[in-house]
Amino acid sequence: MMKWLKEKWFYVIILMVAIVVPFFVPNRYFFQIIIMSCLFAIGALSLNLILGYTGQASLAHGAFFGIGAYGVAILTQTLGWSFWIALPLASVIAAVIGLIVGIPALRTRGAYFAIATMCMGEIIVLVAGNWIELTGGYNGIVGIAPPSAIPIPFIGELSFQTQTAQYYLVLVFLLFTLFVMDRLVHSLKGLTFMAVRNNELLAEAVGINTFRTKLLSFVVSNFLVAMAGGIYASLIGSISPSVASLVKTFDFLLYVLLGGIATLAGPILGAFALPILQENLQFLQDYQMIFFGVMLVVVIIYVPKGLMGAIMSLRKKFNSKKVGA
Amino acid sequence: MDLLFQQLFNGVMIGSTYAIVALGLTLVYGILQIPNFAHGHMYMLGAYVCFFLMTVFGLGYWPALAAAAIMLAVAGVVLERLAYSPLRKQPHISSFISALGALIVLENGVIALWGPQGQRIPNPYPGIIEVFGITMSQQRLLVIAAAVVMIVLLQLFIKKTTLGSTIEAVAQNQEGAKLVGINVKLVSSLTFAISTGLAAIAACLVAPIFMISPSMGAMLGMKAFVIVILGGLGSIPGAIVGGLILGLIEALGGGYLSAAYKDVFAFGALVLILTVKPTGLFGKEDQG
Repeated sequence: MMKWLKEKWFYVIILMVAIVVPFFVPNRYFFQIIIMSCLFAIGALSLNLILGYTGQASLAHGAFFGIGAYGVAILTQTLGWSFWIALPLASVIAAVIGLIVGIPALRTRGAYFAIATMCMGEIIVLVAGNWIELTGGYNGIVGIAPPSAIPIPFIGELSFQTQTAQYYLVLVFLLFTLFVMDRLVHSLKGLTFMAVRNNELLAEAVGINTFRTKLLSFVVSNFLVAMAGGIYASLIGSISPSVASLVKTFDFLLYVLLGGIATLAGPILGAFALPILQENLQFLQDYQMIFFGVMLVVVIIYVPKGLMGAIMSLRKKFNSKKVGA
Repeated sequence: MDLLFQQLFNGVMIGSTYAIVALGLTLVYGILQIPNFAHGHMYMLGAYVCFFLMTVFGLGYWPALAAAAIMLAVAGVVLERLAYSPLRKQPHISSFISALGALIVLENGVIALWGPQGQRIPNPYPGIIEVFGITMSQQRLLVIAAAVVMIVLLQLFIKKTTLGSTIEAVAQNQEGAKLVGINVKLVSSLTFAISTGLAAIAACLVAPIFMISPSMGAMLGMKAFVIVILGGLGSIPGAIVGGLILGLIEALGGGYLSAAYKDVFAFGALVLILTVKPTGLFGKEDQG
């Protein structure tokens, strides 16, 4: 136990901080940003699986976020089902759609795959905007109920009306995603993902079924991001086709790439750092996004490996100094 | 039958502008292996520069078009030097982020300068010609003619002039091009200038027909990518054929099946074609 603590103390501290966050947030507005960051971190982590570990740039990621969001919205709002049935069902639907579109899309490589998935994502946005009976068209769906309360015998029930409760809900899902990623990446399966990323021909030559490996990664990644989308719809209460748009995909991409691609902490770091930074640029008003765009270019030129890359190289420098002394 | 010809005419018109925009994109990809995601936004900027020159400085249509093309060619070089050139040694995904940054700056810059609402460039040739029951506005005919002229000129430039053939040389083999004394950096800048200049001309040609708005670049950029992938990355004939195919699919699908879903047909066609031929119509195997 002590040995375990010695190795993992850093993670324990982060977990502690995450648990006590609700007691230190300055206001509701900021708290909301933190909650959303947790959700987006789930999306970024899952994008990292297909992009960072498997090397396939899926630009349909935002669309699958949207499928999850629409799935939960339609199932709970129109059909009146419980959130706790709707969420897994919507995620499974997204995974199945991922399987169906993944089979033709993953035959393509590199930029072709990126554009093929971008087109599929765009088709989903257009369908969401025009299939008015099901999706409410460009007005979207409003008045989606928050997650239904979970009854606990003898004590009462766990309701998700308050921000604090919603925060813990999202945190549990984030930890779940992180756990799945950690197990997956450090398993034999995870190694095959990276083998495909590093050299597809070589991976094929040593007996890995590269197509099936990529498909698995794509489906798992879509399942997880749809889960984040489903929770998003339920917490925000209203959605429109923009939840599935390419802009959402680009957001996830930025979190992953600026946080640090192919690391577990990077996407989470990115998902927190960027929204908080954007909030702090509010004072620039009309010029906020211009500044943000310039900053992206500058950061990617000078810190190409993202925040995690910068942290790691700093740590390396620090450690080598210690050894030298 | 008239409706069919009318739709075909519109399809060729819009397809020929797509072809010009896609040509620029495919040229840049061929040389730098950069998917320039900001290309559609340079097109949008071109339309706005033209609009600005015509309304504020009172320039005529043709001088404004020429000036916009030159200014955008310069802007293309600036974009390449600032956002892409420093990332030459980095993985491609880095230039993708850089492109995202650039397009955010372009779109929001235009919004800050001219506001988010749509604008209209006065139509210089509002006349209408009717041939066999098809209504053709003069401006639309002009778009097709200009597109053909530009495609021919570009082909001549690349195939017949020394400067033009350096572009092809760099696209074929960068190391080899360096060995025979070609300045690869200069060629990259030149390619970017041609690419964004062409986009600006296409934008100025279409602007009197449709409204211009800061958000129009995103959709067009996306379609340009669809075309380039449809035809095969780096392939010039692929970009031209792909542009026309996409224009026709949109016009026919929009005219006969459903106007709301016309973009779905365009994107769907690409997905179908890639299912059958994963490297595009004219593409070579891509390992990136």
